[in-house]
Amino acid sequence: MKISLQNVRKSFEKDKQRLEVISNLSFDVRDGEFVAIVGPSGCGKTTLMNIIAGFLPPDSGSIIVDGAPRTEPNRKGILITQQGSVFPWLTVRQNLLFGLPEQTPDREALAEEYADLVGLKGFEHNYPHELSGGMLKRCEIARALVVKPEILYMDEPFSALDALMSLRMQNELLRILAKEKHTVLLITHDVEEAVHLADRILVLSPRPTSIQASFDVKLPHPRRVSSPEAQALRVAILKELGVAETV
Amino acid sequence: MNRLKHTLPSIIVAAVLIAVWWLLVVYTESRIFPTPKKVVEGTLELARDGSLWEHIGSSLMRVGSGFGLAVLFAIPLGLWMGRVHGAFVTLNPIFQILRPISPIAWIPISILWFGVGNASAIYLIFIASVFPMIVQTTVGVHTIEKRFLRAAVNFGVPRDKFFLQVVLPATLPQIITGMRIGLGVAWLVVVAAEMIALRSGLGYMIMDARNAGNRYELVVAGMIIIGLIGLMLDGIMRLLESMKIVRWRYAH
Repeated sequence: MKISLQNVRKSFEKDKQRLEVISNLSFDVRDGEFVAIVGPSGCGKTTLMNIIAGFLPPDSGSIIVDGAPRTEPNRKGILITQQGSVFPWLTVRQNLLFGLPEQTPDREALAEEYADLVGLKGFEHNYPHELSGGMLKRCEIARALVVKPEILYMDEPFSALDALMSLRMQNELLRILAKEKHTVLLITHDVEEAVHLADRILVLSPRPTSIQASFDVKLPHPRRVSSPEAQALRVAILKELGVAETV
Repeated sequence: MNRLKHTLPSIIVAAVLIAVWWLLVVYTESRIFPTPKKVVEGTLELARDGSLWEHIGSSLMRVGSGFGLAVLFAIPLGLWMGRVHGAFVTLNPIFQILRPISPIAWIPISILWFGVGNASAIYLIFIASVFPMIVQTTVGVHTIEKRFLRAAVNFGVPRDKFFLQVVLPATLPQIITGMRIGLGVAWLVVVAAEMIALRSGLGYMIMDARNAGNRYELVVAGMIIIGLIGLMLDGIMRLLESMKIVRWRYAH
């Protein structure tokens, strides 16, 4: 098991009232597996991701990564969020070099290789505000991948992009993941995105959230989201989310 | 061409103001208040005998020293207060009390401590410009977006790198804003400081012109020169804002 969540609970104090966000949530992620988590908005998806990535402690329960309990964030798993966190005061190249320790052999060449991998060749000396939204996302992905993390935590990574760019970035991600096998945990509200990308899809219940259903996605890549199998899966997931839809 | 379009209206307004001034002086037949022509003549006279450049030099030297010391003091302190909560809650109330005290109110004490002379004026400038820079730097650190700090923590970079590549550049735009405010206040205060018992500087030049036979054309000349140099100093600070490393903050 790469990641194992055991009986995770979390609640917040709001206006002197206890708000239970996550109730008794457990699941496992295998090494190299791509797990997508979908859930209704406001169900605590982002809270869950922050707990798994180590930025927020759970009230109880534990997060086991590679057999050891994780309490702090570290470079073994890099978080990519909707807002993005590419440093605006560093150039693309400086951003890619940021996470690489000085003693890394060939760090310059490594940064160049990953800029190339995500299609940012020629933009290494640009500042983020000179890039488009899609390019910024590529830069963020490259910055994460260059430190060779074993896990990618992606919290609505493409939600701020327009539909076309989001789809392109999904394909890019699949292309990159085919080359470098990472364990990926993706949180999304976009069921189609989950069907397109994931090996397994977990559906969260409304708050206080827990795992409501789990779907294995056995479709081979490249997937056609419009195929009958994919659509049937999508409808089944939407049904779990309480949205009735006819194909 | 575009530049001209932008500056033309202010040039016209300035010209109108000068014309009104001139007409009013002629119309009221004032013997003391100078016409623009006399002001220009007075300025040229001072420029020719070299005393104008000495006064400007003295004032700039005092501002440079006081402001420079304030920068060296305020920026490290502001960064520290921004990062260390204990330092902030301890020192912030003290600075919030000291900050609204006009530098002019410090004049008696600065004379008591440093005597009459350069040190006193430099101290006043230091006091005037140090607080806005401390406050802005601290605010800058406090307003660093959490997503950037989180990303830095995620990559587990060493402390010096965390500071030099995240905290400092993220705060730099606010530091520059603080320096702009600080330098503006410093220039205001140097003139006031020089009016009290100093033998050089633009402030002294103005008081001296009045005391030595009501040379009001030199008073006005001094005022205009102060305004122009203030504008120039602000322009230099604005150049800092156009540096590529801080453009992200001002770009939109």
